[in-house]
Amino acid sequence: MKLTKTLLATTALTVAAGAAVAESHGNMANSMTLVSWGGAYQSSQDNAYVKPYVEMHPDVSVSWDESSAEAVAKLRAMNEAGNITWDLVDVVASDAIRLCDEGLAMEIDHDEMLAPGDDGSDASDDFGDLIVSDCYIPQIVYSTTFGYRTDMVPEGVDAPSDICSVFDLETYPGKRALEKRPINNMEWALLCDGVEKADVYDVLETEEGQDRALAKLDTIKDQVVWWNAGADTPQLLADGEVFMGSTYNGRLYSAIVEQDQPIGMMWDAQVFDLDGWIIPAGLPEDRLARVMDFVRFATDTQRLADQAKYISYGPARASSAPKVPEDMKMHMPTDPANAENTFLYNYEFWADYRDDIDAKFQAWLAQ
Amino acid sequence: MSDASNDPAQMEGPTPEKGLAAAEKTGPMLAADGTPLKRSLARALRRQKIRALMLIAPLLLFVLVTFIAPILDMLFRSVENQIVSETLPRTVVVLEDWDGTSGELPGDPVFRAAYEDIFLAAEYKLHTRLGTRLNYELTGVSSLFRKSGRGLDDIGEVYQDQFEDLNENWDEGLFWAELMGSDSWLADAQGWQEGQPLPEFELREGMADLLPRTSAAYQDFARFTRVEDEENLIDEEPWTLVHTALYEDLSAGDVSGYSGPHAAELQAAADLVASPDFETADIRAVFEEIDEDWLDIEVWQTIKTYSPNYTSGYFLNAVDMQKTPEGPALRDEDERIYGLLFKRTLFMSMVITFSCIALAYPIAYLLATLPSRTANLLMILVLLPFWTSLLVRTSAWKVMLQQQGVINDVLVWIGLVDDANRLVMINNQFGTIVAMTHILLPFMILPMYSVMATIPPSYVRAAKSMGATNFTAFRRVYFPQSIPGIGAGSILVFILSIGYYITPEIVGGTTGTFISNRIAYHISSSLNWGLAAALGTILLAVVLLLYWAYDKIVGIDNVKLG
Repeated sequence: MKLTKTLLATTALTVAAGAAVAESHGNMANSMTLVSWGGAYQSSQDNAYVKPYVEMHPDVSVSWDESSAEAVAKLRAMNEAGNITWDLVDVVASDAIRLCDEGLAMEIDHDEMLAPGDDGSDASDDFGDLIVSDCYIPQIVYSTTFGYRTDMVPEGVDAPSDICSVFDLETYPGKRALEKRPINNMEWALLCDGVEKADVYDVLETEEGQDRALAKLDTIKDQVVWWNAGADTPQLLADGEVFMGSTYNGRLYSAIVEQDQPIGMMWDAQVFDLDGWIIPAGLPEDRLARVMDFVRFATDTQRLADQAKYISYGPARASSAPKVPEDMKMHMPTDPANAENTFLYNYEFWADYRDDIDAKFQAWLAQ
Repeated sequence: MSDASNDPAQMEGPTPEKGLAAAEKTGPMLAADGTPLKRSLARALRRQKIRALMLIAPLLLFVLVTFIAPILDMLFRSVENQIVSETLPRTVVVLEDWDGTSGELPGDPVFRAAYEDIFLAAEYKLHTRLGTRLNYELTGVSSLFRKSGRGLDDIGEVYQDQFEDLNENWDEGLFWAELMGSDSWLADAQGWQEGQPLPEFELREGMADLLPRTSAAYQDFARFTRVEDEENLIDEEPWTLVHTALYEDLSAGDVSGYSGPHAAELQAAADLVASPDFETADIRAVFEEIDEDWLDIEVWQTIKTYSPNYTSGYFLNAVDMQKTPEGPALRDEDERIYGLLFKRTLFMSMVITFSCIALAYPIAYLLATLPSRTANLLMILVLLPFWTSLLVRTSAWKVMLQQQGVINDVLVWIGLVDDANRLVMINNQFGTIVAMTHILLPFMILPMYSVMATIPPSYVRAAKSMGATNFTAFRRVYFPQSIPGIGAGSILVFILSIGYYITPEIVGGTTGTFISNRIAYHISSSLNWGLAAALGTILLAVVLLLYWAYDKIVGIDNVKLG
């Protein structure tokens, strides 16, 4: 009898305590589905801000969906079905612009919804130009760049340090791995065909310019292995299948530092791009409240700096830069030594020309 | 056995034939309850049929709702094109009178309609969606629409500023609401409290005749404010579009007869518009200022060409053609790809099917003829890859076939191939055929095996005992009986491989990819779902056509799965 009473009392207390906790959070949902890319990048997010957040809010459960590569298509389908199951989606900048264009992502008031920088600056100043769309909350800066096999550099020749060595089969024989899409490849080809950096997109707008880029790519076409997934190039390099290949700099970092492969970085003409969050449009109020709470925490100065401990991508906030660990700085795409010659990806150009140039590129590939 | 007979006439006892014969003599045969047996039987059968139908009804419904309906819905997108006429309703109507082949830009009414349409679309955030849609047809439209969304405010601001300079009330939500709204609505709106549903806007009587354009624009604004913004209209400053419409109404008509609220202000505004100092905005010039592409005739041709609710444009794209004002035309040679991919998909699927037949036949034969203990072990070896992840199997082929891979290493080691000239066996057609043959092999072996297992070995023995050689016995006795298995396996393998996606994507390189890879690209990357649906529809049609041809040539009754 006594035992039962005690049990009942504890149960009642627990229920009351639970209710109190729920009360203190207002009406926030207690679960979140985050969408990311999987692999080392997702685990850097997990370590830097999801785990700390869950420690602070033990009643919140977080599940991951590794669907970022198809995020735009899936969000569109969810929107049509009227059932949004995602709460926060990690996408690259061009996808964020498309999602915002299609009304699938929520517009953000950066200053109001995000934490100010710990140097006191407003969030919108802290992120600066990286806010490429009203819906976008940038997290990191990454770059698409080249890695090469240090043991396959021919004797008596310097290691490649110029983007045009990709097209120089005489000095650097061997296969190349390039992404199976026109973006970046067309720009590099024009740069190495004598076009000034500032004129690349003006030239690429024209029919002749596109033919010129494809003609340049044609010179190495039979030496190229085309990749679809970012993990392909490190694998091809590790197997010695290719001499050099393009991929995301974080993938090369883990091949070099964590797996100790004989791979060197060639940072010349690396193409910067962004990765960040968007919040799907039309979330119910309680889920939105939870996501806003999480995002505010997850994109503050310290959390973004923490992420750089786990992966060699530069934090998107200016105020996070001084907090990046010293031994990671040399691997960052934004490090002055690496960023001597960088190339800016033109989102608007590709939004317009993507369909057209891709058709040409694929037809050229299939020939 | 010799006295056994199937002839019913010689059988003893009751037979259906005898019953019928008896019924003809004695009138309709009756059931126990007195109704004619025929009717009673039909009723019983019908009841049985309904019961059977009800038993499968849940499954049927399930398949309809979750499988057939979504597929039809997806395929239907290949002709759907309402987005243009829904986003630009006024422009589409006015464009009908414009001759796209005349070489002249459309007139001012079209620009005026486009201004209103794009202005509204931008408020509803639909203009960029339309830009994406039309960008599939004409490069550059995407940014054209994105830029225009904000830029079109410039037109109305010219008028808004002047009206506001005249009287600040022209920027007040309440002032406008009192002018445009009916008294009963106004009372509701003023009495509205947070949490209640917002009252639906009602136009003041006579306003639609007095200020037709302003009324229309203000009603659009009222609907947007109530439904999208969920704000009270009387607190909201109207769009600049409303000011433009007011200018147009005032310059076109006389408002001196109006005596409702704010008649004096309205008359003052009309006097202002009539004065020579009043500044007007040239809509076409503003469009040009936003982007001079708006004066490019191709943009208007594209909008006109794609204005119908249903379009053949996606299907034309899917066969390397395009719509032009002059009718369908082939695309530029350097953009044609789908014809090549369709042909390649069919050709490679056939090669894969034949290599599967060649490899599977001996294995199935062994399985069917070996003693069951050995056969079971073999069977497990056949099924083992089946239980392994598809990705693992495909990646394993990568390890085997690549230039630094197992096969090349062995060939170099035994000296067959020079180290500098390792064979290229992957990222091309060869790699795709090898990997897919391996992956689809069980689908060929299993139907073959189940057919071969039913062929009695005594037939071949009988043939041999009558003097046939091994080969003749196989060719004339065994092989014809195994054909249904080959047929079933071939259909399975061919249809599976024609829609295969992952393996060609991973090992196909540039020459070994299928049409399905392009469909996947348009579904998940370019988001051109209409084109993806058109490609999918064509693929489905091709498969059905081949199935029909197979039925005509071989006969579908000849297919056995067991």
